[in-house]
Amino acid sequence: MSAAWDVVVAGAGIVGAACALECVSRGLKTAVVECAGIGGGATAAGMGHIVVMDDSPAQMALTHYSQTLWRELSRRLPANVEYEQCGTLWVASDEEELQEVHRKSELYATAGVPTEILDRQSLAEAEPNLRPSLMGALLVPSDAVLYPPCAAGFLIAEALRLGAQLYTPRKILSAAARKAVLDDGTELLAAHIVIASGVDSTQLLPQLPIRKRKGHLAITDRYPGFVRHQLVELGYLKSAHSSTTDSVAFNVQPRTTGQILIGSSRQYNAESSEVNHKILAAMIERAQSYLPEVGGLSTIRVWTGFRAATPDKLPLIGPWPEDQSLILATGHEGLGITTSLGTARLLADSICGANTEISIEPYLPGRFARLEAHA
Amino acid sequence: MRKAAHSIALTVNDVPVTVAPGTTVAAAILIAGAPTRKSVTGEPRGPLCGMGICFECRATIDGIAHRRSCQILCAQDMKVRTG
Amino acid sequence: MRERFDILVVGVGPAGIAAALSAVEAEQRVGLVDDNPAPGGQIWRSGVSQPAAARSLLAKLDAAPVQRLQGWRVLDSAERGVLRAECENECADLRYGKLILATGARERFLPFPGWTLPNVMGAGGLDAMVRGGLPIAGKRVVVAGTGPLLLAVAAHLARKGAIVVAICEQASLRRLVRLAGHLVKEPAKLLQGIEHSAATFGAKFYTSCWAAAANGREKLETVTLERNGKRWDERCDYLACGYHLIPNLELPVLLGCRIEDGFVTTDDLQRTSVADVFCAGEPTGIGGVELALLEGQIAGLAAAGKIEEAKKLALRRRRSLGFVRALRDATVLDPRLKSLASESTIVCRCEDVAFGALRIHPNWRAAKLHTRCGMGPCQGRICGAATEFLFGWTAVSGESGIRPPVFPARVSSLTTIAWDKKET
Repeated sequence: MSAAWDVVVAGAGIVGAACALECVSRGLKTAVVECAGIGGGATAAGMGHIVVMDDSPAQMALTHYSQTLWRELSRRLPANVEYEQCGTLWVASDEEELQEVHRKSELYATAGVPTEILDRQSLAEAEPNLRPSLMGALLVPSDAVLYPPCAAGFLIAEALRLGAQLYTPRKILSAAARKAVLDDGTELLAAHIVIASGVDSTQLLPQLPIRKRKGHLAITDRYPGFVRHQLVELGYLKSAHSSTTDSVAFNVQPRTTGQILIGSSRQYNAESSEVNHKILAAMIERAQSYLPEVGGLSTIRVWTGFRAATPDKLPLIGPWPEDQSLILATGHEGLGITTSLGTARLLADSICGANTEISIEPYLPGRFARLEAHA
Repeated sequence: MRKAAHSIALTVNDVPVTVAPGTTVAAAILIAGAPTRKSVTGEPRGPLCGMGICFECRATIDGIAHRRSCQILCAQDMKVRTG
Repeated sequence: MRERFDILVVGVGPAGIAAALSAVEAEQRVGLVDDNPAPGGQIWRSGVSQPAAARSLLAKLDAAPVQRLQGWRVLDSAERGVLRAECENECADLRYGKLILATGARERFLPFPGWTLPNVMGAGGLDAMVRGGLPIAGKRVVVAGTGPLLLAVAAHLARKGAIVVAICEQASLRRLVRLAGHLVKEPAKLLQGIEHSAATFGAKFYTSCWAAAANGREKLETVTLERNGKRWDERCDYLACGYHLIPNLELPVLLGCRIEDGFVTTDDLQRTSVADVFCAGEPTGIGGVELALLEGQIAGLAAAGKIEEAKKLALRRRRSLGFVRALRDATVLDPRLKSLASESTIVCRCEDVAFGALRIHPNWRAAKLHTRCGMGPCQGRICGAATEFLFGWTAVSGESGIRPPVFPARVSSLTTIAWDKKET
């Protein structure tokens, strides 16, 4: 049994869902194949933040672009997506980090992202539960949070409403040369096959430069107002993102329910999804050092997840050089929610031959072939 | 049965309640005529399981939220807040 | 507080008490942990109506050189031989040579319209509340659901002055007769005795009958009962409704114990599939107090190395297993109970997720992610059993493993250092 499509999307996580909706909105005949559950992979495990990050100009461009798209979409999001523009506070614990606050503020300004610098007192007023010895913070009011599985659910529902077709629970066993073969024998012929399967993308393309980066999260019972903004330590980029070893960083997020999400941790070479007690303890202790009262809150659940990480911390968006019918949309590490909409736009523009609103160059998968060639 | 030596006076939502020693806070809340909590959509709720696993009996006791009142015995001058 | 034990017993109900007393007789250093403020578990919850056997064992326990940690809940096991537990003000790592899991059972709740109204409780639930000081004299109570707990609860409430309006057992008369047949040679007599007892309390005893709805504005006012298609309302102050018992498997699953058919697998000496871990009482099969006491004794003796004595008791245990099966058969749920919930009936009480929102999902995980059912503080203990019956979903613990903490824990209890505020 076979059918002909313009686009077949492998994976209905937040990125696949966004790509499916974007493609079908452009009039492309679109199918989505999901092997487990909609929004069930890293999408289900992550924090659900929509945050502008400045690790590199390319990361800044994509996160900013995508955040704007989320803001535009937010009016249409149903209540269960829990979209809230709570803003982020990047907190500084010493002089060096305070300098970083100023540096970031200038950088964000040139990128057109409004920020506000809070001194010690304003920070204490904004977040009374932070330890008073913190020196200040950078407030990014445009950052938001949402509940990812329902966001993916909304995007898929919209895609289906516009005529996309969902094959689930079905797994793509092979995807090459315009043909995707499903585990029930169905063959989907497609001009473009979008690989949006997160860490499972390497099952379809073993050569992909993607590694699993394990994370832990804990969620508390409801304590409305305990924390009002997403809180991140300025060491986040230093320690968490950059390091290749196991690391934890302070990153806490309020949900609209009043529950507090406590993160974050990063580990390579951790294959098991079991909770690692040492890492969890380190993560919690870090959180306690910033939010002393958090220790007394009741934790309901702890879980783990795997981010899809690339060597340069930028996602893979665009055609795979060795087989141009395969379009990658994966490797988003901890920014999958944030950059899903931007990824989908770039991807659909690329497929339709349209001009992209930001350059797609930095995310093209071919960059790794070039890097290898130069090495 | 040994007679209780004294009774315990506490408040539930600032309303004074007097109970025998060994009474759970959940029972005291019901004696005061209050639901133990409001659900996430605002429904009044009371204890269900009586054994500490359903979490419907959660109340704020002496300033600490989300305490399972069916597992906590009343103490003199305890301040209980529900909803 | 001593934190190192030869034998650590989790659960201070009948099985745990029996295990601890057997172990301490063999001169082992024994510790007991239980979330409840007082010993006795559920069936022997403190209150005037503890049977003589219970009072006697509890007195022995009080006199025994065991360390009791009441009001402590087990959270996690980061490494073999250690359990992390917390109470209101402290957190500690409890080290053991052998572990006996006597975690007991909890009631199964099925949703029906109005079941979330205040004053609708479990059967054991209302009983526990009354033992905890809830006045019941002169109050009208309907007892409903399934299982031997209903009669025990009705009797206790009646003795405390409640007006037991009706006892509604969902099982058919035929099923009950079959069950009774396991107890005495003349099942009809036993059943008649039951009906008489019920009549003595002024309560009507119905079979094939259940609570179809609870009605009232801010709290319970009437219950709609249903029997063979006929419905009628009873005015009452409390509805005590529970559908028998399900085992507390969270800790056994966390430790990797094999689960078969919804219960912990043990051998004749109550050993689980995990070395040095024993299990006794309801988690191995719902069998009531006598069997729990026996299994507790066996586990205590076996854990203490008294294998021959344990084996002798094991023979007695085998004879009781027929009752476990018979009880299971008798409490099989009528499929019509699946249709009680309407679209708007809450199924997940922690997160207020309604039946209509759940039934569109293909499995427990999808439902959980998209509705947040099971993500509240009860960790799916209430709604997991309900959805398993309603939709056939394999929910919470059992086959799929479980993540710590197995009970909501203070954030600080998840850190490396188990801090102890109390000066020792």
